[in-house]
Amino acid sequence: MIRNNEKATTGQGTRGILVTTRIEITPAIVEEHGLTPAEYAYLLEVLGREPTIAELGVFSVMWSEHCSYKHSRPHLATLPTKGPAVLHGPGENAGAVDLGEGWACVFKVESHNHPSAVEPYEGAATGVGGILRDIFAMGARPIALLDALRFGPPDEARNAWIIRGVVHGIADYGNCVGVPVIGGEFSIDPCYTDNCLVNVMAIGVARHEELMTARAEGVGNLLVYYGNATGRDGIHGATFASAELTEDSAEDRPCVQVGDPFMEKKILEATIELIASGRIVALQDMGAAGLTCSSTEMADKGGLGLRMNLDKVPQRAANLTAYELLLSESQERMLAVVRPEDLPLVARILRKWDLDACVVGETTDTGRFVVEHHGTVEANIPLPAICTHVPKPEPVQAAPAALDVRDWTTVDFAAIEWNGLLLAALSSPHFASKRWIYEQYDHQVQTNTVVRPGAGAGVLRIAGWSGLLASTIDGNGLWCMLDPYEGTRCVTAEAARNLVACGARPLAATNNLNFGSPRKPAGSWQFAEAVRGLGDACRALGTPITGGNVSFYNESPRMAVFPTPVVGMVGVIDDPSRLTPATFRNEGDVVVLLGPAATHAGGSRILRDLTGDLVGPAVRIDLAMEKRVQEHVLRLVGDGVLTAATDIADGGLLMALAEMALGSDGGLGCEIDLAADEAPAAALLSEQPSRFVVTCTPGDVESLLALSRDAGVRAVPLGTVRGGVFSIGGVLSLTVYELYEAWEKPL
Amino acid sequence: MSARWAVVIFPGSNCDRDFVRALRDVLRVEVVEVWHKDSVPEAIDCIAIPGGFSYGDYLRAGALAAMSPVMASVRTHAERGTLVIGVCNGFQVLCEAGLLPGVLTKNDTLRFRCHDVYLRSELNGGPFAGTGLPQGEVLRLPIAHGFGNYYVPPEQRDAIERHVAFRYCDPLGDVSRRANPNGSVDNIAGVTNAAGNVLGMMPHPERAVEALLGGTDGLRILQAMQDWVAGVRAG
Repeated sequence: MIRNNEKATTGQGTRGILVTTRIEITPAIVEEHGLTPAEYAYLLEVLGREPTIAELGVFSVMWSEHCSYKHSRPHLATLPTKGPAVLHGPGENAGAVDLGEGWACVFKVESHNHPSAVEPYEGAATGVGGILRDIFAMGARPIALLDALRFGPPDEARNAWIIRGVVHGIADYGNCVGVPVIGGEFSIDPCYTDNCLVNVMAIGVARHEELMTARAEGVGNLLVYYGNATGRDGIHGATFASAELTEDSAEDRPCVQVGDPFMEKKILEATIELIASGRIVALQDMGAAGLTCSSTEMADKGGLGLRMNLDKVPQRAANLTAYELLLSESQERMLAVVRPEDLPLVARILRKWDLDACVVGETTDTGRFVVEHHGTVEANIPLPAICTHVPKPEPVQAAPAALDVRDWTTVDFAAIEWNGLLLAALSSPHFASKRWIYEQYDHQVQTNTVVRPGAGAGVLRIAGWSGLLASTIDGNGLWCMLDPYEGTRCVTAEAARNLVACGARPLAATNNLNFGSPRKPAGSWQFAEAVRGLGDACRALGTPITGGNVSFYNESPRMAVFPTPVVGMVGVIDDPSRLTPATFRNEGDVVVLLGPAATHAGGSRILRDLTGDLVGPAVRIDLAMEKRVQEHVLRLVGDGVLTAATDIADGGLLMALAEMALGSDGGLGCEIDLAADEAPAAALLSEQPSRFVVTCTPGDVESLLALSRDAGVRAVPLGTVRGGVFSIGGVLSLTVYELYEAWEKPL
Repeated sequence: MSARWAVVIFPGSNCDRDFVRALRDVLRVEVVEVWHKDSVPEAIDCIAIPGGFSYGDYLRAGALAAMSPVMASVRTHAERGTLVIGVCNGFQVLCEAGLLPGVLTKNDTLRFRCHDVYLRSELNGGPFAGTGLPQGEVLRLPIAHGFGNYYVPPEQRDAIERHVAFRYCDPLGDVSRRANPNGSVDNIAGVTNAAGNVLGMMPHPERAVEALLGGTDGLRILQAMQDWVAGVRAG
């Protein structure tokens, strides 16, 4: 995958060239491989000679941001990654946490932003494939997907084409492999016009003893390649435009890979059988930088070396060079480390699935990556130089982005007609029903889906485990643009709040950090601030980070995306009977707001859509208060006091109430009264954190209020659940049917 | 004594484990899993062909699976009167194999659709309805398919009319155009063969066997099959 490769975003071509080994390495070629003169000097020092073209390619991808995290690593190192539940933190294919009773949950999120912007269908489909392989390479069966999608406004034809293609690509791939999409988010803002964000989270489960690692052990063990044959697809965005490198028969080489979900399903089932056999030493999927990255990382983690013979690699294109074989990102390929005596059994399992076990190399004790092709040594590189001792980039002078922020009080609220405002917001693509999306996803296959997509967190049962698993994925570029530190803290808290609302105790988090260029002062600053916020929030909420992904260079010459960290979180509902719905349940229930009073409407999605401006100030969070409110809600859920709960996030109290009505069976609405001294704009639109809307029966109101008082959490009765009507005293009055009509418009 | 079940598994099947779980953990019956390169054993009373994307649905949905070695034994069983239920991709496989009439083409919405539907049972007793599922009864079951648009040529419609098992309907049982999720002719959601022992249907009974997951109407079909086998055995 090329997501972190600047070449891909600056739109350089990808003309296909047959690269021979006899290429003189000129400064131009070095530059095309994204290496700075200082990095190249370090390369020469490491090798003690000029590299071959294959070696240059290997250094180039292994030192790229995606493989080396060279810009992000110093920041990511500050994140909390330990906790009692963490079994595997960052560094493995995916993180793993303990669910209890011997069960482990493996989860991770990855982006496929750049490929999806170029070829939405295949870009998104192969993104699903890649994250699923990360999960089953850990020994876990993938049981769910969640997607966080961000696009430019669909009234531009190209955006609409990208949206449809991405949704279709995720659907076709996930449906065929048979992994349900159980939740996600879909957001629209002009800042995502040139760079859509396609982040997919996958969740798997395994018994503790089935968990696999990507650390090779033992000298003389075999590297077994299985899955698709290798082609020219997805080779590093580096290009060779100079005449002396080009053959007359140069062909266009697609830079986005093509997915084959049937092959994915076969390697998934075969991998699970292989791991169950106990004969696999280490396992990794071939993702970014393909054969190179997967093999060298496993060997380096084990302190070993590698000898590889490229003649043994299955190939589906003629005359592939060593350079191409090493760097190809053809999809659905796996690499296992196997003891020689276990090869026959491994081959037999693979054959059951019509797969071949191809021995492409072996582990050595040299600490070097030695690659032969057609009888010639094409690469001989010390492994630490490409895996761990990566050159540090020159520091970028970080500086805040210059923002043109409009204060929320300058919006002419007197002119707002609230009925029309709500109906317009509900029919906008950001807030409108996502049914047209999730009905294209098989969200029930594997028969674990307890809470289907469409309302709050996705909830799964796991056969043989007494709890329920809740999961969510959340981001908010608008909050983070206004203040990346505070915004990221709020996003992380929102993810936790989503879990708490359904009755789940947040366990651990993963993340996908979508940013512009880290080589520019603003991008560098936004990234540093966001990671600082993520760490603060995760520490305060007790949700360690178990892994993640960084996607830089989400920018074009005319715009960069808002800084958009996306947080995926899993949580546990210990007692399934405490699963709490996010929608109105009973007519006559009392609606109560829990949490601090709203003081402003800055950061409001509705005001952003209404004005087109960046409306501030930024939302800020008191994490101690957040934690207190969350614990209080979990206590109320445990005591069986609540009939429904949802958190307040984008769209504010207004949208939280509307969604509780829209998701209800039988058209339940509510009659709400705001306090006389409260201005509707802040009360209804504020996206300030640490707030929930809950309902309880009239008989439980007194105890809810008393418990809240004792917990030090503000609780304000707002009104009552009513059939068919949706009214907010003196502000708006609609029927639930009118809300539904506005909301249920497919894109 | 309860029926002995076989669940056929092709590469690309993805509802096989769900079917096995519904039978083994909910219906609590004996189940063998049969790999596509093997044959269904002799001593089997009911065969399930599960949903998914057998062989990636390459060529046509179900077309390659219909040619696989295991289908020869399914055919023999079907001719002998063994009960066979094909769900979703399994329905497509049975049509492609010629064990059921008609074909399943792309949904008229041109999209994959996953949601609950209502079905009116057209079965008048028999192995898939028995006495527990009266004709005209309305069931709620999930669908999840891109190719569920059932088609038979006009000249065959009269012939299959007696073998229609389920039709898409509204919650009150009214078979309307609005209730048809995929454009199937005459709202047909499931059919049997002429002998009545082979059923194909697009909705997923094996997904609707537990209240926790949203419904148990699927159990009524699977239970009817169980009861039928027990009745035949009892003579």
